[in-house]
Amino acid sequence: MCGMKNAIIVSLIALGFAGFSFTKEQPGGTALKASMARGKKVYEEVCMACHQPDALGVPRMNPPLVKTKWILGDKKQLITIVLKGLKGGEIEIDGDRYDNPMPPQEDNLTDTQIADVLTYVRNSFGNKASMVTTAEVKARRKVGK
Amino acid sequence: MLRTIIKTVFLIAISASFIFSTSPVTAPVPFDVPLKMPAGFSSITVAQNVGRARHIAVHSNGDVFVKLDRLNTGKGILRLRDTNGDGVADDTLKFGTYTGTGIAIKNGYLYASSDEEVFRYKIDAKGEIENPDAPEKIVTGLVNKRQHASKSLTLDNAGNIYVNIGAPTNVCQEKDRTKGSPGMNPCPILETAGGIWQFKVDKLNQTYAEGVRYATGLRNVVGLDWNNQVNDLYLMQHGRDMLFQFYPELFDQKAGANNPAEEFFRVKKGSDCGWPYCYYDNDKKKKLLNPEYGGDRVKEEICAGKEKSIVQFPGHMAPNALLFYTGKQFPEKYRNGAFIAFHGSWNRTPEPQAGYFVVFVPMKNGVPNGEWEVFADGFAGENINRAQYRPCGLAQGADGSLYVSDDNKGTIWKITYKG
Ligand code: HEC
Repeated sequence: MCGMKNAIIVSLIALGFAGFSFTKEQPGGTALKASMARGKKVYEEVCMACHQPDALGVPRMNPPLVKTKWILGDKKQLITIVLKGLKGGEIEIDGDRYDNPMPPQEDNLTDTQIADVLTYVRNSFGNKASMVTTAEVKARRKVGK
Repeated sequence: MLRTIIKTVFLIAISASFIFSTSPVTAPVPFDVPLKMPAGFSSITVAQNVGRARHIAVHSNGDVFVKLDRLNTGKGILRLRDTNGDGVADDTLKFGTYTGTGIAIKNGYLYASSDEEVFRYKIDAKGEIENPDAPEKIVTGLVNKRQHASKSLTLDNAGNIYVNIGAPTNVCQEKDRTKGSPGMNPCPILETAGGIWQFKVDKLNQTYAEGVRYATGLRNVVGLDWNNQVNDLYLMQHGRDMLFQFYPELFDQKAGANNPAEEFFRVKKGSDCGWPYCYYDNDKKKKLLNPEYGGDRVKEEICAGKEKSIVQFPGHMAPNALLFYTGKQFPEKYRNGAFIAFHGSWNRTPEPQAGYFVVFVPMKNGVPNGEWEVFADGFAGENINRAQYRPCGLAQGADGSLYVSDDNKGTIWKITYKG
């Protein structure tokens, strides 16, 4: 509960800063914070049920999103996974495969929401990687169609 | 004196080295993983770190057979034997080149399943598997699309084997597990999955054409058992997921965690238990229409006519094994009652997870006659959201002991009663 409250305060502060910095363009700092705050909400609403609050997944059902080569690797591939989903059994980590499918999010989330949630995951749970931008998601969506 | 001591030590050392060089012991002696149980019961750890131990079967000579879901040095079945009578397995035989869940012993045969086929092995009078590398293949070609692929099994006394064929989907939506996607009507999956199929124990290479769809409308059944007292099939259904995530206007976070019920059914040939059209609502205490099929937590429609379950449990706890206790070792109240191993939940997030225990349902003449209670607990360890051990299989020993397997770390426990 307390974590929730803190998260809300943090996101409010982050949003406030984002508002201030619109004219300045600071991709690594306040823009990151703002995107992460929005991405956290998407994560909790859409991804957390399967990948869990600690992002460590569920053994043999849903994979972890912590330091995997998909999370930290090629952004194009990562965006496509979220847009198009996976059938189940496609991902292998330490010899384990995962039985659930990963539902496609292309009809469920906007480009910005996908950019935000991936930015959030790539910079939470012990992950550290560059932001994913709305333009990058838009580009992948065009390729996919 | 000193001389005899030296001599004894020397002899022990020799015999020890002899044992080490000949017996195929692979795992170190297990440390004890204690379980919480009612007074008078105690547990010992028979084996540890054996791999993904799904279902188990115990032979009349005490051998424990374990079906693995991931190959252990190339093999998918373990025979654990205790050669020195201390209760701890010290001899392991590995055979079978396939992974899977189902395993059972009946009338001198060991039955085991991959996620597509069922095999059987003859056990000779000395308790040895006759041809561990050449089993008879009795069933083949069953649906395996990874999701709910476990072909768990049980046998009756009339030469039939009952095999679960789980539905490879959550609730038969046009797009599986996708918010807003409608349920298919009729659900085509039910033709080849989402039910229990009956086959003959002694016919080779049976496919769907030779099998009988014995019960339908079952999303996924991992725990099932034939009740010899009343001669009927009983089973535990894994209920659907994602009610809170897909329908927050109908199910708040708590309702989504507690719904639908994990249902305990007694089925007859031809039973239809309602999936994917219906779910059991633990708050309304009724079988209702699923929202993917127009349900609103009030409408019953076709669900009024579906098979009724005999016990309903909280949501998502994943009942992975069912066993009717027929032994004489445990107190009278356990006789002919049902033990159920709950593998534990994931779709209760963000509520705390639940399950990870073995439950007992008191029964008389095949009918529950009291409230269910937690029998063995403590598998999860300190953090229920990151369980250490996950109960998956149950078996009864010839002496009436109860065995439990865990497929997370590969632990086998033996539970006994001393009063
Ligand atoms: C219904 C459960 C479910 C939901 C909801 C879900 N995922 Fe997944 N996800 C999976 C499964 C299962 C896989 C692996 C599928 C496979 O192996 O074919 C997966 C794989 C992934 C992967 C690649 C493998 C890895 O572990 O790095 C990423 C990245 C990912 N999901 C991110 C997300 C994000 C972001 C969301 C929310 C927008 C999300 N998922 C929502 C179940 C889910």
